[in-house]
Amino acid sequence: MEIEKKFGVYLCKGCGIADAIDFESLTKVIKKSGKIQHIKEADILCSPEGLAMIREDLNPEGEGINAIVIAACSPRVKYEEFDFPNVIMERCNIREQVAWTQEPKNEHTQSLAEDYLRMSCARIKKAELPEPYESECDKTIMVIGGGAAGLSAALQAADNGYQVVLLEKEAELGGFAAKMYRQTPSSYPYTTLQEPVVFKKIQEVQNHPKIRVMTNATLDTMEGQPGLLDATIKAGGEVETLRVGAVVLAAGWKPYDATKLSHLGYGVSQDVITNIEMEEMAKAGKIVRPSDGKVPESVAFIQCAGSRDPEHLPYCSDFCCTASLKQALYVREQNPNAVAYILYKDIRTPGQTELFYKEVQSDPGVMLTKAEIAGVELGDGGKLLIKATDTLLGENVVFEADLVVLATGMVPATLDDPILNLTYRQGPGLPDLELFSGFADSNFICFPYETRRTGIYAAGAVHQPMNIAMATEDGVGAACKAIQAVEHVAEGMAVHPRAWDITFPDPFMQRCTSCKRCTEECPFGAIDEDEKGTPFFKINRCRRCGTCMGACPERIISFKDFSVDIIGSMLKSLDVPELEDEDDPEAPFRIIGLVCENDAYPALDAAALHRLRLNSCVRFIPLRCLGSFNMVWVSDALSRGIDGIILLGCKSGDDYQCHFAKGSELCEYRLSKLSETLDKLGLEADRVIQYQIAHSDFDRLPQLIDDFVVRVREIGPNPFKEL
Amino acid sequence: MNADKKILVIGGGMSGLTAALEAAEAGSQVIITEAAPYLGGRVAQLHRYFPKLCPPTCGLEINFRRIKENPNISFYTMAEVTQVSGSAGNFDVTVKVHPRYVNDRCVACHACAEACPQWRVNDFNYGLDKTKAAYLPYDMAFPQLYVIDKSACSGDCGQKCLEACAYDAIELHMTPQTLNFNVGAIIMASGWELYDATKMDNLGFGQVANVITNMQMERLAASNGPTGGQILRPSDQQPPKKVAFVQCAGSRDENHLPYCSYICCMASLKQTTYLLEKDPEAEAYVFYIDIRTPGRYEQFYWKVRDEENVHLIRGKVAKITQEPGTDNVVVVAENTATGDKVSMVFDMVVLAVGMVPSTKASPFPLPLSYTPDGFVIQELLPPGVYAVGTLKGPLDVTKSVQDGTGAALKSLIALGRRS
Repeated sequence: MEIEKKFGVYLCKGCGIADAIDFESLTKVIKKSGKIQHIKEADILCSPEGLAMIREDLNPEGEGINAIVIAACSPRVKYEEFDFPNVIMERCNIREQVAWTQEPKNEHTQSLAEDYLRMSCARIKKAELPEPYESECDKTIMVIGGGAAGLSAALQAADNGYQVVLLEKEAELGGFAAKMYRQTPSSYPYTTLQEPVVFKKIQEVQNHPKIRVMTNATLDTMEGQPGLLDATIKAGGEVETLRVGAVVLAAGWKPYDATKLSHLGYGVSQDVITNIEMEEMAKAGKIVRPSDGKVPESVAFIQCAGSRDPEHLPYCSDFCCTASLKQALYVREQNPNAVAYILYKDIRTPGQTELFYKEVQSDPGVMLTKAEIAGVELGDGGKLLIKATDTLLGENVVFEADLVVLATGMVPATLDDPILNLTYRQGPGLPDLELFSGFADSNFICFPYETRRTGIYAAGAVHQPMNIAMATEDGVGAACKAIQAVEHVAEGMAVHPRAWDITFPDPFMQRCTSCKRCTEECPFGAIDEDEKGTPFFKINRCRRCGTCMGACPERIISFKDFSVDIIGSMLKSLDVPELEDEDDPEAPFRIIGLVCENDAYPALDAAALHRLRLNSCVRFIPLRCLGSFNMVWVSDALSRGIDGIILLGCKSGDDYQCHFAKGSELCEYRLSKLSETLDKLGLEADRVIQYQIAHSDFDRLPQLIDDFVVRVREIGPNPFKEL
Repeated sequence: MNADKKILVIGGGMSGLTAALEAAEAGSQVIITEAAPYLGGRVAQLHRYFPKLCPPTCGLEINFRRIKENPNISFYTMAEVTQVSGSAGNFDVTVKVHPRYVNDRCVACHACAEACPQWRVNDFNYGLDKTKAAYLPYDMAFPQLYVIDKSACSGDCGQKCLEACAYDAIELHMTPQTLNFNVGAIIMASGWELYDATKMDNLGFGQVANVITNMQMERLAASNGPTGGQILRPSDQQPPKKVAFVQCAGSRDENHLPYCSYICCMASLKQTTYLLEKDPEAEAYVFYIDIRTPGRYEQFYWKVRDEENVHLIRGKVAKITQEPGTDNVVVVAENTATGDKVSMVFDMVVLAVGMVPSTKASPFPLPLSYTPDGFVIQELLPPGVYAVGTLKGPLDVTKSVQDGTGAALKSLIALGRRS
């Protein structure tokens, strides 16, 4: 239902704003250019008196104002004060971006403030109140993998009242956790080995009324979107399709292929085994030499067998140091006369695991030394000779052992198998895995459960190299994220990082040309195509970054409060003065700054807090993400006579900082195409530039912006200005 | 779901913020109490995160926005939980909110600080500089409200800031407030403190000029730090050319912290990049026992190791002294591989000081079981009480966040949630 908009502008005079800006002339501009007549001022708009004034106007029984501009401070502050439900509101930041960063009462400062008001007025005219996207939502959580991580994910989700489907590709639940003879200690005092805890969990899962366990089961395909995911499962010859809401991917790991480790003796002798083979033997009851069945008197553990090796695994597998310490105790427990050698590059027992290391170290039958392994050979009498250099015992040492255990590392299940088998246009698995050596990891330190497939969260050893205790905890976290995903879908709300947002992209399909740019560029694979190749938005996969909106050459993708038209209208609202003397260093060139609202915009605010001067030629407009940058804005701006555009976005590349993964990179890509267009128009390509700005870069901003303005002045005024 | 039951999260650092946000976004009501005047905790003081070298305030920005937009979360800064009674599903909690002397009308205009005649040691910058007694904890502080440190005020100087404030924001007679909450679950997330480096006599901190801690190094490198992001040694404010990083300063040492503090190897490797970024000619020497860069952190280790001006020396530092007649620092280390003693002179030394759980100094107001080192023993926590992150053992940020996310879900169960 369309409600008639009644506009109001509220101006704050506090925080030095009235000292910097002439309000009389500002008011005229709002009336004339902004075409809003209802304007009020307050000495301190955020004070109870100021807020009461606004609220009175908003009263539907009274003025009934419902679309307002708050011209005061940054939207990042005073958010509790300026909180008016069901009102279209634009925070016009004339404190940080004008009063705190410009020379007071100067004509350029005044023009800047007036332009900000023009843009805000233009914005509230176009923006609409959002209504959530409503869809059916099945809240069942599917857990893929029945090892330590998957079991705890399933249990915690079920204990919270959610239906759970647990898929295990093997016949039995438990994964590697069930293959252990003992577990390394995970609690104080960290000195004694633990009985495997997994069997109790298996029982709990099997008896849980809300958990359906499917063994010998793999995912054939999964289609749809969070809340409406249709998973076709092959389980023991049967095929079944189930609807689920979100997924915990806990598919685990494989041991690194030891046959690739012949330099460490694997295959040279039967008595060179892997840590997994050692574990199986211990669990079976007796540790013996495979060659002759004798109990070994000496066992050498070779750490980092494959791990931390650019030829094999370019990471540390995290669990192997403690696993070998544990297995050294097996050797000693079985045969108190036996000696265990642990040959390591670095002993890695981080945190309180150090206490376990010290405990094992105190056993006189366990000898630990740093060593680089030169090779493992067969010696006399069936003994194995381990040639080591750079040890605590000397430069070149040969260790003799009856049995050699290679501490092989972990390979994530996702390395060579998409597992999820999504029918998404962008492919069956999680993207970007090559950045993480095949692990289904997040690129964000702060948000370790992030993936680029909404509603799918990884846990356990498929997520990062980790031990059983950590995997058990990790499963709970992933289950939490999966629950959030279904709850947010049910509310029609986005998930991280805009977990409050009820707007969504609403394409005007009649004008779609099926160019496929949106389907290709969406960082989250949210857009599929129908048989004719027409994009088909799966809103519940969408994170609301607006990358599709930026990609669309037809400009048909809009959010209620964020669209190509809204930003375009803001650009068109600007006053572009003619230049009397273009060589005058004060000549009012006009430059637009399109900035990421998560990082560059706060950096601008910080510059203001530090009272740094920002160039008065530049007008900043926050974007959800630079991915939403649409090239038409360049023609909108340049055809109006704007002299240049500066885009401030996040770091792109393998270690991207863009919260939407690809936004800033896609913006760079679009700009690379732009130069051809500008060349054709006879405009210089370097009138438009993108910089990478981190959240903490406030100190760099003034110079960086000034340099760009200087560059644009050198190029000269936009020739379209005269037209 | 029992809608009137809330979750209390104690600590507004990365673990606590995560636990609170993840619980709230899963549909629960959450209250956060934070002892400092701002949210963000320890990570707010870091220049960059390893291994991405990205600024921690970037993720905090997202988390603060999640708080601003979420009606299910309320928070109290300068707040301390003083009493807890009851059991899972029904805890009565008393929270003491210490006076900030500045109310929510504050607009962060800085007028009070301008007028303020008194100075205080800047704890945010680990004592490397001073602020006025009326101060904003740091530029990105959330909430963006000034604080008055009454202990630094003198006489009736308070009149000056009071008069300077045009917003009625200063309340010099603000008194402590006591709040009572009934909550269904409690998540402890009060984080860690840096081990007191003066306790290690042999490492010279506090005795030898130009021996600093790793956290001080973070502040020196930060653009919002005491030096505006220039790495300058304290004695003469000159950029050091040759810097030693001393690993396991306190950690893995029976006399100090018997455990490994998890983050210090990666932190020092990261800090060598700070040094080389500011001055590519500078040289970094890292003295270590074992390099502990678990998981995929290994790749960051390789990157730093391959830097020409980074020298990794396997050896435990035995003694740090002042070079006679200069501001330089002498480091004596024993090479554990060869047994040889090496003695080298540096312009500055950074101690990779370990972490101590906050519960070591201030136990929680419930009878809980702790390790001798002050860590919470998770298995012995009463039902409905959860500890996250570094309270249970040293951890990095990512794993603390994973842990906090899990704790959010566990605590929902204690509310008796059934969807």
